[in-house]
Amino acid sequence: MRPFLDNRNALGLAFMLPAAALLLVFLTYPLGLGLWLGFTDARIGRPGHWIGIDNFESLFGDSLARLSLFNTLFYTVIASVVKFALGLWLALLLNRHLPFKAFLRAIVLLPFIVPTALSAIAFWWIYDAQFSVVSWLLVKMGLIDTYIDFLGEPWMARFSTIAANVWRGVPFVAICLLAGLQTISPTLYEAAALDGATEWQKFRHVTLPMLTPIIAVVMTFSVLFTFTDFQLIYVLTRGGPLNATHLMATLSFQRAIPGGNLGEGAALAMAMAPFLLAAILFSYFGLQRRAWQQGGGDK
Amino acid sequence: MTVSGPAEESRGMGYLESLPRRWVTLYLPLLCFLIVLLFPFYWMTMTSFKPDAELMSREANPFWIHNPTFAHFEKLLLHTSYPEWMWNTIIVSVVATFTSLAASVFAAYAIERLRFRGAKGTGMAIFLAYLVPPSILFIPLATVVFQMGLFDTRWALILTYPTFLIPFCTWLLMGYFRTIPYELEECALIDGATRWQILTKIILPLAVPGLISAGIFAFTLSWNEFIYALTFVSSSEVKTVPVGVVTELVEGDVYHWGALMAGALLGSLPVAILYSFFVEYYVSGMTGAVKE
Repeated sequence: MRPFLDNRNALGLAFMLPAAALLLVFLTYPLGLGLWLGFTDARIGRPGHWIGIDNFESLFGDSLARLSLFNTLFYTVIASVVKFALGLWLALLLNRHLPFKAFLRAIVLLPFIVPTALSAIAFWWIYDAQFSVVSWLLVKMGLIDTYIDFLGEPWMARFSTIAANVWRGVPFVAICLLAGLQTISPTLYEAAALDGATEWQKFRHVTLPMLTPIIAVVMTFSVLFTFTDFQLIYVLTRGGPLNATHLMATLSFQRAIPGGNLGEGAALAMAMAPFLLAAILFSYFGLQRRAWQQGGGDK
Repeated sequence: MTVSGPAEESRGMGYLESLPRRWVTLYLPLLCFLIVLLFPFYWMTMTSFKPDAELMSREANPFWIHNPTFAHFEKLLLHTSYPEWMWNTIIVSVVATFTSLAASVFAAYAIERLRFRGAKGTGMAIFLAYLVPPSILFIPLATVVFQMGLFDTRWALILTYPTFLIPFCTWLLMGYFRTIPYELEECALIDGATRWQILTKIILPLAVPGLISAGIFAFTLSWNEFIYALTFVSSSEVKTVPVGVVTELVEGDVYHWGALMAGALLGSLPVAILYSFFVEYYVSGMTGAVKE
């Protein structure tokens, strides 16, 4: 027993076994299976036959699939930009000297930790066409005359779902960027202040460059989560009205599970992968951390 | 992770700032953020205690309850399967979290400390696995679950949640193990300790904060999971809270807003309470995973 326990390779393999077994069976194999399903006409309860790129061809000619691609890109771009701007602002605010700082930071993160499906239900009620509290407030303030149909009109629904997504994502971005801000050495700001830098110059030439690596990572995750979002849309609109909020994830669910068309759903889901890869590669190569941003030139 | 107070205070010349300016640039925007971020929770709470008559009235001030009622909670707990969903969510989350945590401890130790042949590549593969989103995986995973005869059982969820929990926990623990001095292990090796003794008597006790971070984060991730639970389970008795509330409490065109909000509130409370006890661990888990 002893030689086995001292052999790093054998012991390493034994230690990797539980994790590797679970991941190979439930992650790697399904990933390959998904790719294969995308090239078949599999339906629920019937194994599929290889049909080549028929699924992808038909998706390309399918106006609903194209609309879902547009919706997904629109949703991701707008939500990510807004999340970044508001998240950075909130992080900068929380980084100032504040009373009850730890407490504030703790409650800011609440929207991120509660189940999204459940907070989405709260948004559904807030967006209700007849009893929306937002409409009530705006009417009482005299800003509008009739209640807003938040989820009933295509563009309104797109922006309403984006707002809910931003609400959930801003705390994540803000708290991660705050952690990055706290690692910036105060001496840099002192040096900038001695050189007569204004607040804006300090932000532009100290904070932003020092924060770039963590911004890259945080925004990559944020884009990944947003692009593959499912539950928010499923709860709020199920893709409606007029499919205006159908994302690729919700459409692939609808085609594959209630629709029973596994092959087509898998093809649609796989079509998301190139976009995700592009986002990851862009952030990895374009915004890679450089040695001086790590606080030293030793690497 | 956290920077001490004095360092932060010396950062700017905040004390020179006038109070009105501080209000406009700091307190006012922060207040707006807080109101918007917390409003949905306030609204959930208000709605779940309001009688239907008040919910359906456009006249009364909606921001306050005039005749609070427990009727919605009563309906939810006594006339729906909500308690069962709660129980399922607890079982699935606890078992999935502990399984993943155990598997991850061994994996992270092997990759980071045993440095077996191929450890670097394995570490990279774990990180890539972390980036695979469930929305891409759920269709083929559904067929796997079905073929294994796990469809519509709790096992379907307990065995599939580790696909996103193990990569996250392993990645986090790898970072944590890296901070434990290697010399400690060398001393123990010289004293004749086995690898198993080193892991259980030296590494694990030192890694407790990392284990708590990973555990808390994994638990909330499993509690909040939606797409797998929606796809792999169809009977009411095995549903989790998020799925049960969304699929079963919405009946036809009549929305029972009170009961829905009560369900959302009760379903959010356990993670919120757990989070409130372990905020620091949760935050360091979240930011640690991003920073690596």
